[in-house]
Amino acid sequence: MSARLTEPVLRVDNLGVRFDTPRGAVNAVSGVSLTVGAGEVLGLVGESGSGKSVTLRALMRLLRRNATASGRVIWRGEDLLAAPERRLREVRGREIAMIFQEPMTALNPVLTIAQQIDESLVAHRNLDERARRARAVELLDLVGIPSASVRLDNYPHEFSGGMRQRAMIAIALAAEPSLLLADEPTTALDVTIQDQILKLLLGLVADLGMAMILVTHDLGVVAETCDRVCVMYAGRVVESGPVSAVFASPRHAYTHALLRSMPSGEAARQPLTPIQGQPPRLDRPIVGCAFAPRCAFVMDACRAATPPLMLVGEGREAACLAADRLAALETVA
Amino acid sequence: MNKTGYIAARLLQIVPTFILIGLVVFVLTRLLPGDPVSAMLGDRATDEAVNRLRAQMGFDRSIWTQFLLFLERAVTGDFGSSIAYRVPVTRLIAERLPVTLTLTGLATIFALLMAVPLALVAALNANRWPDYVIRVVFQVGLSSPIFYVGLVLLTVLAAWLRIFPVGGFGETMLDHLWHLFLPAITLALSFAAVIMRNLRASLMEVLEAEFVEFARAKGLPRQIVLMRHVLRNALITTVTLVGLHIGALLGGAVITESVFAVPGVGRLMVDSIFARDYPVIQALTLVLAVIVSVVFLVTDLIQMTLDPRVTR
Ligand SMILES: Nc1ncnc2c1ncn2[C@@H]1O[C@H](COP(=O)(O)OP(=O)(O)OP(=O)(O)O)[C@@H](O)[C@H]1O
Ligand SMILES: [Mg+2]
Repeated sequence: MSARLTEPVLRVDNLGVRFDTPRGAVNAVSGVSLTVGAGEVLGLVGESGSGKSVTLRALMRLLRRNATASGRVIWRGEDLLAAPERRLREVRGREIAMIFQEPMTALNPVLTIAQQIDESLVAHRNLDERARRARAVELLDLVGIPSASVRLDNYPHEFSGGMRQRAMIAIALAAEPSLLLADEPTTALDVTIQDQILKLLLGLVADLGMAMILVTHDLGVVAETCDRVCVMYAGRVVESGPVSAVFASPRHAYTHALLRSMPSGEAARQPLTPIQGQPPRLDRPIVGCAFAPRCAFVMDACRAATPPLMLVGEGREAACLAADRLAALETVA
Repeated sequence: MNKTGYIAARLLQIVPTFILIGLVVFVLTRLLPGDPVSAMLGDRATDEAVNRLRAQMGFDRSIWTQFLLFLERAVTGDFGSSIAYRVPVTRLIAERLPVTLTLTGLATIFALLMAVPLALVAALNANRWPDYVIRVVFQVGLSSPIFYVGLVLLTVLAAWLRIFPVGGFGETMLDHLWHLFLPAITLALSFAAVIMRNLRASLMEVLEAEFVEFARAKGLPRQIVLMRHVLRNALITTVTLVGLHIGALLGGAVITESVFAVPGVGRLMVDSIFARDYPVIQALTLVLAVIVSVVFLVTDLIQMTLDPRVTR
């Protein structure tokens, strides 16, 4: 879990995603910038609707037809938002893979696990049928599914929830991607299984030298698994930095509130205080800091203009006018 | 349950269906007004002649004996002789049934050829102009009665332009297809409209599914995502509808075959009802019931092949 790495493999620059809906435009993601180094695990946290899933999908340009993405997604020096569809199909699955929250709906119910691995291998690897089958067995072994060669010919509904999630991971890893986008991969699972899957993912990241963006609601998960974290609010990154530093001393009032509302985990030192109020609607222009109406540290200036991301420490950024006050607060406590 | 067991169970289900339909048919034909024997012999027949024919046809025995006799014969394919045509009913049906089956088969093929590609186009362009055009055209197809569309096509293409024959069935295989083309297209229009609507809706549902997004995220070629992931899943519900509609087409053959003067079992049925030709009516109803049962069985098997969850 070393965060000190060279040139990032992925650099997202000023990413914006707008949905055109019958009731007007929804700015689901605005001005998101982030980087992922080779082999690094980046956590993406935020409340429901903060734009985490949309951001992930935009990276692979897997957005719905009513979406328009702007900005740049530089993958190994190439802007994926500008790349032709053909090139994207090479990147998807082979270089960047994605797993989803609910394996029951993310796996095709009418195809066996073998078929769902195989089609990936056909698309990305030049292997004959025998070699593909062998590779599929190897993959199920890798993700810890017992009696792999038998289970391979099972359909998703014949697996338990945890095994299904393992199967989905196996399918996603078929072509050995170097970046895995994991959209809440454990939210739908039992707590004990959640742990197993996270350990599995971390093991795979370490063994395969893969990088990962892990989307989650759960700050405890971030604390345990990620090198760095990006906190999102209302479609923007409001704070980012190394997990230990951000959790020890948040510099954005929203991160601060989020940590205080966290039900468990090592960073939960303070009593539980849920964040009052609702996140803003994204189909209207937001003036000033989007968190201002719910913020305990709010000042007049917060409502005047959106605070820009500012350097608040080594490798740390926060878009909060109360960053200094928060820093002081944490050292006192 | 495995596939063979399932097929065997479904085939066995046809037996009670057969008996039940047999009973209904038997009772209904007996309830029809008029007496077949006097219908056959005419008003001036002697009592003696009438009684002789009654005995010959078994009408003098108890109704239960008649029914059991009827079932027993039906199972062996012996439906007696047609009262009107005075030939074995089996022969009569054997001549006419291929016409109806060809017509139904053609209509189904035409309907699928129209509906499946257009449903795909419509669903992929949902709420944009190609979708609107396709939906409006099919809406018209759906809301026009079969006989009306049939008459228009007949008048224009057959009577005026003389591109197609006005009726009949022809001699050679190609000739058959030629004669059945217009009626098949007519049937296919409303059939296609039903399938198109259903398939478009289920395609749109599947297109939203996460597994389709996962398939795209795997970098699969577009046509594989569309065919293997989207279409296949969408067809699962549509297949049932296709089966039901084929059943309805067979039942509706009466109308189509009358409009287009197609010499199939539908026409035979109409003629037999007017002639009170009981043996033919009974046999036809039973045969159609069995065919419809088989169509439903095949539908289920196709559905099973498409969706492994059905039997496991
Ligand atoms: N196709 C779409 N059309 C219109 N708005 C959309 C569409 N997809 C997403 N949105 C909006 O974008 C915003 C961000 O959604 P997103 O799914 O990224 O949130 P999230 O952070 O992943 O939330 P969750 O934790 O619930 O998964 C939401 O307000 C959502 O309503
Ligand atoms: Mg999400």
